[in-house]
Amino acid sequence: MKKLLIFIVLLVCQMAHGSPLTIEITESEMGALPIAVVPFGWQGPGQAPSEDIAAIIDADLKRSGRFKTMPSKDMIAFPHTGTNVDFRDWRVLGMESLVVGQVKSNGVGGYIVRFQLFDVFKGEQLTGYSIPTTARDLRATAHHISDLIYEKLTGQRGAFATRVAYITSIVQTEGKRKIALQVADADGYHPQTLVTSTEPLMSPAWSPDGLKLAYVSFEKGRPSIFVQEVYTGKRQRVASFKGINGAPAWSPDGRKLALTLSKDGNPDIFILDLAKRTLLPLSRHYAIDTEPAWSPDGKYIIWTSDRGGRPQIYRIPSGGGKAERITFEGKYNARASYSPDGKLITMVTQIGQEFRISVLDLASSQLQVLSDGSLDESPSFAPNGSMVIYATKIKGQGELAAVSVDGRVKQRLALQAGDVREPAWAPYSQ
Amino acid sequence: MKLKMIKFIPLLLAALMFVGCSTTEKKAEEGPAPVSETPDKMDHSMHGEDAATSGADEAAGWTGHPLDDPASLTSTRMIHFDFDRSEIKPEYQAVVVAHGEYLARHSSQTVTIEGHCDERGTREYNIALGERRANAVKRLLMAQGATSGQITTVSYGEEQPLERASNETAWAKNRRAFFAY
Repeated sequence: MKKLLIFIVLLVCQMAHGSPLTIEITESEMGALPIAVVPFGWQGPGQAPSEDIAAIIDADLKRSGRFKTMPSKDMIAFPHTGTNVDFRDWRVLGMESLVVGQVKSNGVGGYIVRFQLFDVFKGEQLTGYSIPTTARDLRATAHHISDLIYEKLTGQRGAFATRVAYITSIVQTEGKRKIALQVADADGYHPQTLVTSTEPLMSPAWSPDGLKLAYVSFEKGRPSIFVQEVYTGKRQRVASFKGINGAPAWSPDGRKLALTLSKDGNPDIFILDLAKRTLLPLSRHYAIDTEPAWSPDGKYIIWTSDRGGRPQIYRIPSGGGKAERITFEGKYNARASYSPDGKLITMVTQIGQEFRISVLDLASSQLQVLSDGSLDESPSFAPNGSMVIYATKIKGQGELAAVSVDGRVKQRLALQAGDVREPAWAPYSQ
Repeated sequence: MKLKMIKFIPLLLAALMFVGCSTTEKKAEEGPAPVSETPDKMDHSMHGEDAATSGADEAAGWTGHPLDDPASLTSTRMIHFDFDRSEIKPEYQAVVVAHGEYLARHSSQTVTIEGHCDERGTREYNIALGERRANAVKRLLMAQGATSGQITTVSYGEEQPLERASNETAWAKNRRAFFAY
């Protein structure tokens, strides 16, 4: 049975720069924890910072799908410290949790951000910190606070203070396009460019330590796979065989790349040992084999193959062995990857004429479709498994969107103009 | 074992095609002078100064590169495919055959076959599909006598659409192989 969808489109408060984020909440908010994040106070001297810390935390918590946040216009009190909180105000409003805080100048151009999280019914503080920060890192500090709140209330590590890599394509003068590999905060802010090219860039993949990105570049008119250090920009060409060099995927220990090569005539999955520079064939079949991904324990590789006539997902032990098909629902399933706990895979599934993001529970074989676009692709799990980021098309433009893993909350990420695609959610930084 | 056998099927098919088409090729050689005999100032790789014969201008009226002769099917550089398919459709067979015959006659001429896809489906799968399309063209070119050394293939998948709209007209246009001489 199809549930009634309730579409609530909320415009979350204006962010300091960039356009506002749009959060669409689909289905009911049943099970979401009601929480109030009170606008933070400011203690000078000088002018308050332009970043609205409480608004960033509010947006983070809301888009996780686990929280129902209270618009500040509905609040009846605006305390900045615990001593000023009257819990009765918040009980009346049905809030279970409350966040208050303030930003102070540290006197030398930086800030100290203080926050407290309360259990409204018990009237108790659950956690609270004072975090020194700078103007540049204020957003990161807000995401860090979101992570602390999320973990305290859900028992699961937060993934707000993480980053996302993606590809943009922007029309230059004379109709030429500039393709770029960029990295931004998980909410789309602070984009930074790592590579630009006039030829296609594809398939960014984070190393497990979050320090490197593997990607495909068509510079010089043919595809090669590069590994680039995110912070230094230093890079190395690791595969440049005849034919396809594509779909790089890091092993969980960071020592190997699974990739697609067609040097022997048709696309097959190979394992490249990055230190030894050895190449091991994994799939050998005349069909298309591509889009490999490792299981979190490194024991298996799943990939897309059309050996059965249409693209479906197959699994094979990463050391080699027997391939088994694992998707049976839908006539087109592709680009699968594991959730961090290894229990789910997310992939692109064709539903009728539409290509959507789905999640397959490997134990129960239950398939859930998460997105509702017609050209959705490139799903990537958040490092805590709570959300999936993916590429969608809105009015002919490529955009990024995120959906909670239960499918309840979808969000479009505000990014600059141009086509945006192929998001890859970074692992936790170490 | 079974898999190995299946792997040869495309080769067998190509070989059969080769047998089937070799007669056409012969006929072309025995027939009237091919278009390439017209003076050719653009292509230095083929006949060099030998091509500077007189009177050819009047014959065809085409003085550009023979590959570009509007009267020749080789002036068509693009063919199209069905969704998630790589077979060369009947209406494009003659075009590919014409290119193959040209390459067979001009062994120093090289070409890059670009395979492209529409935006539907995943990007890396489409890279693979685009390569399959380029290879389908390559096999048919070789069946006409072109050699593999003359032909380079590259797949751009869905990365370089001709039309950026998301509808069947645009998709049909974008599912293509292109002869880049």
